[in-house]
Amino acid sequence: MNMYLIGALVFWLVAWALNVWLSNLKPTRLTKLLVPVIFGITLLVIWEWVVRGLEVKAVLLPPPTMIGVAFVSNIPTLWADFIQTFVKGALSGYFIGCGAAFATAVAIDRSPFLQKGLLPVGNFVAALPIIGMAPILVMWFGFGWQSKAAVVVIMVFFPMLVNTVQGMQAQTSMQRDLMRTYAASYPQKLLKLRLPAAAPFIFNGLKISTTLALIGAIVAEFFGSPTVGMGFRISTEVGRLALDMVWAEIVVAAIAGSAFYGVVALLEKATTFWHPSQRG
Amino acid sequence: MWQKFGPVLTVVLAIFALWYVMAVVMNANWAYDKAKRADVELGFSELVVDTWSQKKPRLPAPHQIAEELWNTTAMKSITSKRSLVFHSWITLSSTLLGFAMGTVLGILLAVGIVHNKAMNLSVMPWVIASQTIPILAIAPMIIVVLNAVGISGLVPKAVISMYLSFFPVVVGMVKGLRAPDAMQMDQMRTWNASKWTTFWALRWPSSVPYLFPSLKIGVAAALVGAIVAELPTGAVRGLGARLLAGSYYGQTIQIWSALLMAAALAAALVMVIGQIEKYALRKMGMAR
Amino acid sequence: MNQEVVIEAKKLSLTFETNDGPVHALKDVDLTINKGDFVSFIGPSGCGKTTFLRVMADLEQPTGGEISVNGMTPEEARLKRAYGYVFQAAGLYPWRTIGGNIRLPLEIMGYSKAEQAMRVDEVLELVHLDGFAKKFPWQLSGGMQQRASIARALSFDADLMLMDEPFGALDEIVRDHLNEQLLELWAATNKTICFVTHSIPEAVYLSSKIVVMSPRPGRVTDVIESTLPRERPLDIRESQEFLDIAHRVREGLRAGHGDD
Repeated sequence: MNMYLIGALVFWLVAWALNVWLSNLKPTRLTKLLVPVIFGITLLVIWEWVVRGLEVKAVLLPPPTMIGVAFVSNIPTLWADFIQTFVKGALSGYFIGCGAAFATAVAIDRSPFLQKGLLPVGNFVAALPIIGMAPILVMWFGFGWQSKAAVVVIMVFFPMLVNTVQGMQAQTSMQRDLMRTYAASYPQKLLKLRLPAAAPFIFNGLKISTTLALIGAIVAEFFGSPTVGMGFRISTEVGRLALDMVWAEIVVAAIAGSAFYGVVALLEKATTFWHPSQRG
Repeated sequence: MWQKFGPVLTVVLAIFALWYVMAVVMNANWAYDKAKRADVELGFSELVVDTWSQKKPRLPAPHQIAEELWNTTAMKSITSKRSLVFHSWITLSSTLLGFAMGTVLGILLAVGIVHNKAMNLSVMPWVIASQTIPILAIAPMIIVVLNAVGISGLVPKAVISMYLSFFPVVVGMVKGLRAPDAMQMDQMRTWNASKWTTFWALRWPSSVPYLFPSLKIGVAAALVGAIVAELPTGAVRGLGARLLAGSYYGQTIQIWSALLMAAALAAALVMVIGQIEKYALRKMGMAR
Repeated sequence: MNQEVVIEAKKLSLTFETNDGPVHALKDVDLTINKGDFVSFIGPSGCGKTTFLRVMADLEQPTGGEISVNGMTPEEARLKRAYGYVFQAAGLYPWRTIGGNIRLPLEIMGYSKAEQAMRVDEVLELVHLDGFAKKFPWQLSGGMQQRASIARALSFDADLMLMDEPFGALDEIVRDHLNEQLLELWAATNKTICFVTHSIPEAVYLSSKIVVMSPRPGRVTDVIESTLPRERPLDIRESQEFLDIAHRVREGLRAGHGDD
């Protein structure tokens, strides 16, 4: 029997027993952090030892250590890819798309007719495989980051629009009546009631959009890109069967994605601390 | 009727009108170029006619796409490689297989998470974290790796669909299985009901209203996964392959028709689940 | 006594068109409310007491008859910010502090920053919530939230207070306490108060005038002028006079209820 496999099995059993023991303790902040971390480490260790134990070829599944080495030794390349895809493509598209959706939602706020029309259409479009627009947008805007940003714009626009429009309708009739008894003007209602009440919905849209933005920017590069970018790197390295580099790029995407989401979630916590979902 | 469909109809008509206008604007350059080379003066009506009937327009007009859709569906035998129905079926089959696998996996994982404290604490944060990661980016790699071990065709694509569709199901089902409130759970305790009974009599039925919305998101995600999985590997069959081939050869009309087909497919899948949802909820007395 | 009329309703009617046919929420209601009155509207649910209050506030439009508020139409009165409205629930904005919530109408009505701060302090003291300005609504008990919502309605010093079952969701002990404070407040400010309730003791304890209403169609069946003194300790509720008035209210309610 293979030492690596036995090691992996033993490690898994020990770690799982540890986690079971930890989760039956009184839940504290530490155990809540420790248990998933132990679980994550366990997965990595099992991955490493099973790959080594079964002598899986690196072109199929490189062990985590190899990915780590590839990551560290290619930091300049990965950084350039990150700037190209995330900062230029995803971020700019995210801001333009979410901004435009927000502006549209505010613009149609006074027209129930348009809202009634746009909401089902927006919901419909949000469920479509919009990512398929990528080849068309690459054709329109060229291989540079602009076409990636354009893909991101249309990917985030509809989820953001739908969430914002729903959010702006999220006040209770009592809250609306209250504004009426004050004879508040429309801008006052908008600023003091509709937008604050919509904030949790708006942030929901912003959070969904973070993931969509990164996906859009990466996948759009499959349809043509300059010789830099995360999607470009993934598709070319896959072609050369250099899977350690592909995984390193995925690690970058994972870090960028979670950090992006995390920042928006923190912003949400800071602005909508009052909402029941944030208080718990 | 007008109350209900009027606004939607107006918006849809507005989109079409805008589409036609944009087709004129975006294809005008090419039309002027052609006219210049042929040394003719282009009037407005000729411009409109030309921009709505180019062979490789930057933006095809809706009727051109409709024509292409008609030609590649109704006019072709469904086994032909030029039939869009054929390509749709390729994509649909891996979507459905992946969706089924993802749903089963998602439900099993959710049951585990709800019933096992350690699993809840260890797995749940990773499930949530993994949603923030652009999973779709690893699609090409999964395809290549599975190809290398000799698995090709339907399954690799289905794996990606599964991957994308299982997250919403886990999250929705965990919420759903936890939906019974403390009073309902206490009621079960007073009857000394087993975990098994509690699950089938209380938790499972309570989770159904949560399951279907997750399934709708899941099936849409599964379709996206299948299409993206067809992109980078030089696949020759499937809607994703049509998109890619269209973009190689600048066949915009082909791209758009594949795109609309994908949209129709997504809409149909979501609608089917919506109908099952309606039926199931009515059967269970939970219809709103 | 030559009294100033605040609310005057003549043949006031309001019919809602619903899918099950028209619902007569109010039918031919005649009522006059004088300045400084504390008027309670009492009756079973569906008798139109809340609807009547909402008509005064221009939150509903009557379908027949006439009503004036301070000699104006309800809409003009609303645009002049002639009344403060207290809803069934506190309805504080969760994203604003207690102070911020009370400041809300003042911001909308364009008071200066200094005046806003001054008035917030003033009304917080009036409802015994001084020191809570920086707390958020969910950090307060239900009774305190409702007091904050009363303070919010008081902050811009309208002469008329419209209160729609403000204590309905609170427990009896808190309710007694708030009733006492409300009377204190009424005595201190001499405002006109319209108060919707479905509690007989509450109506009798608080009011100078009790309007008994009955449903289907919503109409006024009795108007009782209270003979209790303005100064009312809680134990006045055990006096014979109190019980007599309560009895008359109950009779009125029963009469209106007679046919079902």
